[in-house]
Amino acid sequence: MHLLFNCVKQHNMRKRFVTIWFPHLKTDWFSKQQPALQKIPFVLTVADHGRMIVAEANSIAQSKGITSGITVADARVIEPLLQVLDDKPALALKLLASMAKWCIRYTPVTAVDAPDGLVLDVSGCAHLWGGEQTYLKDIITRLTNAGYTVRAAMAGTVGTAWALARFSNNASIIENGNEAFALQQLPPAALRLDDLLVQHLHKLGLNTIGSFTAMQRSALRRRFGQELLKKLDQTLGFEDEVIIPVQPPEPYQEWLPCFDPVGTATGIEIALKQLLEKLHHRLAKEGKGVRAASLTCYRIDGKTTQISIGTNRPSNSTVHLFKLFELKIPGIEPGLGIELFILEASKTEDVAALQETLWHGTSDLEDPEIAELLDRIEGKLGRNVVQRYLPAEHYWPERSFKIADSLSEKPDTIWRSGKQRPVHLLPQPELVQVTAPIPDYPPMHFRYRNKLHKITKADGPERIERAWWLDGGQHRDYYCVEDEDGHRYWLFRLGHYGADTPHAWFIHGFFA
Amino acid sequence: MTVATHDIIRKLQQDILPLQGFKPVTGNSIDINFPLLEHAFPNATFPTGAVHEFISSTQEGRAATSGFAAALMGKLMESGGACLWIGSAQTVFTPALQTFGAEPHKIIFVNINREKDKLWVMEEALKCERLAAVAGEIRDISFTDSRRLQLAVEKSKVTGFLFRHQPRNLNTIACIARWKITALASETEADMPGIGFPAWQVELLKVRNGKPGVWQIEWTAADGFRSMDKANVYAPVIQLCQTA
Repeated sequence: MHLLFNCVKQHNMRKRFVTIWFPHLKTDWFSKQQPALQKIPFVLTVADHGRMIVAEANSIAQSKGITSGITVADARVIEPLLQVLDDKPALALKLLASMAKWCIRYTPVTAVDAPDGLVLDVSGCAHLWGGEQTYLKDIITRLTNAGYTVRAAMAGTVGTAWALARFSNNASIIENGNEAFALQQLPPAALRLDDLLVQHLHKLGLNTIGSFTAMQRSALRRRFGQELLKKLDQTLGFEDEVIIPVQPPEPYQEWLPCFDPVGTATGIEIALKQLLEKLHHRLAKEGKGVRAASLTCYRIDGKTTQISIGTNRPSNSTVHLFKLFELKIPGIEPGLGIELFILEASKTEDVAALQETLWHGTSDLEDPEIAELLDRIEGKLGRNVVQRYLPAEHYWPERSFKIADSLSEKPDTIWRSGKQRPVHLLPQPELVQVTAPIPDYPPMHFRYRNKLHKITKADGPERIERAWWLDGGQHRDYYCVEDEDGHRYWLFRLGHYGADTPHAWFIHGFFA
Repeated sequence: MTVATHDIIRKLQQDILPLQGFKPVTGNSIDINFPLLEHAFPNATFPTGAVHEFISSTQEGRAATSGFAAALMGKLMESGGACLWIGSAQTVFTPALQTFGAEPHKIIFVNINREKDKLWVMEEALKCERLAAVAGEIRDISFTDSRRLQLAVEKSKVTGFLFRHQPRNLNTIACIARWKITALASETEADMPGIGFPAWQVELLKVRNGKPGVWQIEWTAADGFRSMDKANVYAPVIQLCQTA
């Protein structure tokens, strides 16, 4: 499984990347294997359409003018003493993968950048080596000592670090924000564009990146396509870039094998407590909290049962998580016994450190205790039972509120309080029989559920139009009415009065 | 009655209250700004950290009860906090709660059908100290269950409201007060046409260590509770007997 790492998304941490380029990756490896090759020019060759082509030349051969892509016969003309070896095509990726794993000593997130490089996400790592200079120097020194020609650079985006490692001669560490300046003098190929596009740019005289960064985006897109803009944005840090680490981060998972099969609720509780304790250690260390977790029980008859919980806000409190699981334990069928418990936190989020409060007063919705209470309710009775409402910008009563997505969501508009609204609203307006003088007067009396209400006071009409872009139908003319007993109702007439159309009256709510 | 004797009587009343088993709730008290009603309660303060029971028999009475309770919730939430409202279906029209001083987005609704589940949620919620109030539309509740709620509030000091709409039997339960709110014809100034402020007949049928009574109250967004009957200072129990 590959976990994709979002590189720029996390704004809270300043992102830093190191790219390492091995200009002579395979030839260096051959030289290491056969020390005799270190002093002489040699090339690695592949067969192509019946010719032998140079796949890679070592530094000595390269200094004599032998580049990859020319035929071996041509190379022999240049350097008669040239050694020719067979290429190993799969070698590069194998080497890079092993080196990426080796680089985990520097950062947990390392990725292979085929065909000849590595990318390391080093955010927050360099200070452990005493600064970025020494950090980068350490990487280069160690790899050089291992026998490889290495160039490395550090920057705030993968693209910039990549460009600097391969195309820049002086700067190797660039501060975040200085990317554009650092790249100005580099050729367009430094943007990781395909060859055709690079040729196209050179043909138009755009020989440095700086010559076209100031151009209008629309013009660039028209001439060179979206690809150029995307690469430019990624390199300058305006767009996220995803790298695939060689070692995906360990899932938050804890195992508990049992010597004797567990068949009782008490046994399951003990197992769960142990697992939660282990998980808590890891979560607390990494500052994470659980949003969703599941406990899988492997029974000795080969079947598995699972219980899952979810929380409203990240939590790493063992007590709270245990309470949530506890509600579900009766749902586990142990059968003949459970031999293995696996607790997995399938969704985790950064948890804000709880501040110790000096006093316990009632506080707002963001309070963790309220979130924990709602977790318990949702855990026992289902996710849809708990609802909170926010104002919505609609006059139509049924649309004047919306369901909040989370506890922390704030209203984006105010609750309207100018007009009278009933405390209780019927789920569906109910038809009532009404005696009303036309056209615009409130009814004199109405009959609802076989009871006649004689109206003494009334307010209205308040016309509420339907949002035609959402649904069709007639408008409503609302009246607040009060009957002889002092009860207040919300009635409405649907649509206009007309000679041929029957006008329907409805009751929609009860005022306090 | 001179001021001195009045003071002595008040002092004696306060001495008697603990003997009658009254435990004053320490912590946040609310000022409902309506002395007539407050005088019905011991120490003339509206009891928070207790369960209040509201009886209603008609749909209209239920709406009136919701309005009155929303006004109380608004007072309870003034110092911040959130409320939980447990019901079986979403009958409360949230935008209207704003009228009663309760911020609708700070009220969390829990809609469940089973009475047993409602009681469980109510008890769990009342144990959560961070809530300002918990309202539950629970039709029937046994004395034992109500004691569980009472134990929860005694510890957490959360105020609970039990709305009992058409209860099958009106049994005694462990709660501090039993209310009945019915809608009353509203009054407009100088008999102007239209509907006035929400008006209720508030009956305090039972109150622990206090004096039951009947009041005619209207709710104004600006002033809060306001008496409709200017002459009625202390509603005597006799009046309750007459209306009942």
